[in-house]
Amino acid sequence: MYKNKLLPYLLLLPALTVLILFLYYPQVEVFILSLHRVALLGVRKVFVGFANYQKIFSSPKYYHSLEITLIFVAAVVLIGLAVSLGLAVLANQKIRGARFYRTALIWPYALSPAAAGTVWFFLFTPVAGLVNYVLDSTIGIRPDWFGDKVLALALVTGAAIWKNLGYNVIFYLAALQNVPKELLEAAQVDGAGAFRRFWKVTFPLLGPTTFFLLTMNMIYAFFETFPIIDIMTRGGPGEATNTLIYNLYRDAFRFFKTGVASAQSVILFLFVLILTFLQFRTVERRVHYGA
Amino acid sequence: MVRKAKARFCRRTETRHTGCRPRPPMTRRLKVLAIHLALIMSILSIAIPVIYAIIGSTQTTAEAYRYPPKLTPGNALFDNFRKAWNLGLGRMLGNTFLVATGVVIGKVFLSVLAGFAFVYFRFPGKDLIFFLVLVTLMFPLEVRIVSLFDLMQRLQLGNTYYALMLPFMASATGTFLFRQHFRSIPRELVDAARVDGAGPLRFLFQILLPISWNTVGALAAVMFVYAWNQYLWPLLVITTKDKQMIQVGLKMALQAEAGELDWGMAMAATLMSILPPLFVFFLLQEQFMRGFSLGTEK
Repeated sequence: MYKNKLLPYLLLLPALTVLILFLYYPQVEVFILSLHRVALLGVRKVFVGFANYQKIFSSPKYYHSLEITLIFVAAVVLIGLAVSLGLAVLANQKIRGARFYRTALIWPYALSPAAAGTVWFFLFTPVAGLVNYVLDSTIGIRPDWFGDKVLALALVTGAAIWKNLGYNVIFYLAALQNVPKELLEAAQVDGAGAFRRFWKVTFPLLGPTTFFLLTMNMIYAFFETFPIIDIMTRGGPGEATNTLIYNLYRDAFRFFKTGVASAQSVILFLFVLILTFLQFRTVERRVHYGA
Repeated sequence: MVRKAKARFCRRTETRHTGCRPRPPMTRRLKVLAIHLALIMSILSIAIPVIYAIIGSTQTTAEAYRYPPKLTPGNALFDNFRKAWNLGLGRMLGNTFLVATGVVIGKVFLSVLAGFAFVYFRFPGKDLIFFLVLVTLMFPLEVRIVSLFDLMQRLQLGNTYYALMLPFMASATGTFLFRQHFRSIPRELVDAARVDGAGPLRFLFQILLPISWNTVGALAAVMFVYAWNQYLWPLLVITTKDKQMIQVGLKMALQAEAGELDWGMAMAATLMSILPPLFVFFLLQEQFMRGFSLGTEK
């Protein structure tokens, strides 16, 4: 340990300056803005108390957005994690070419959500797309992916799951490699089949990773899928893919309703706060397991 | 993990005393075959959107709008790349490279300093400050985007590279990562340095940093991809094409001209945007794994 009095603060100063100026300060300000009616791009502010929140919670449009967001997030997280776990288990088998398979499964991690949006857009586009051509020539249907409300939501969900598979597989593979072999062998000696070994030994040991991925995927689905929606559907058709983050973006930067948009930000912030709290509690538990 | 080459399998009439390996039972071999098949199928389904995009990038507009679609590569690849480049995406690639590199350098530097302070110093308020840094780990930019945008206008930073870089400079992940890494380094090292009369900064830059390049590489790789893939923030804060980032360029490439979307050009633009981060990923794959397993990435 060094004992300088001033130096540690000087070392932390740059990081703290950035955090306070660009993170803590705007976070407080967005709360203050949410209590105001803001006109003329922030030039005039009128204090309105919780009126913006009342407006939000009495708006059917917001409830609709909330509803489809919850469906979207649940599908992205649950399907995404289930598929990723399956892929990770497959890639964790002791077979030839395991390294190649791993790389070939996780590379989409490096793609951006925007690029995921453009390639899926192309894949499903009515005339030039591969999917409708295959569907048309095999079973003779050509679904209207971008015009049908349910299909459009399913489509952006699919693209969002696809884009995050690599990230999830990376974490599940790392966790699977840390499962102690002695435990699995002991279970085998006791006569447990492969299926039972997985559910009774491996899966519980993956718990901390699953919980970590659960929260990270929820954050991803809530916020980082914006580009996919902006590129593929722009919230449409109608309001069918207008998730909370897309609704916030439109209210803030299309309709310039700064106060209402700020209140929506605060609601999302509270949600993240709860998730963070839960996440920190599992991090502590993970220390207990000694992992 | 590469397995060592083993002896050949026993022939049906042989016993294992001749140095061969016992033949795996039929069910085991069938199982391995099934795993290979399942993996190949999975890899293909994951790759199909990008493979189709690559085919699309080689076709002319006329070919892209033919029905049934042409599933073999055309000859317009170079042409499509040129069109995308001329739309301004070449310039945007340069911008994105500049901004991502700046963010990575700033993030690594600030994280090293902060991690160093947390591990090698005792000072009042240490726990509180660490908490203030750590709690930001999971706060996405989107929950303060309205006021952050406002702030950038007031600081006269609208439509500048600074606006794209500054908010991303501090990193809870990076601080956490370097704190963990420095903690794993034996105490004897700092004690020896002090006996030799090396002050804290000399210890950091001449002894600690040179043995930490792996961690720096891990953080840099993850953060480069993260910075490269930014979309919403540049979409809002950058208002002219000459300063725009490549991801927003994709949106521009998808804008239909006279009612007809130029798919070939749009897919060429997409490939332009994904090649640099993919290159970094394949080059630094081991570092990625380390970066992920050491810290909880955000």
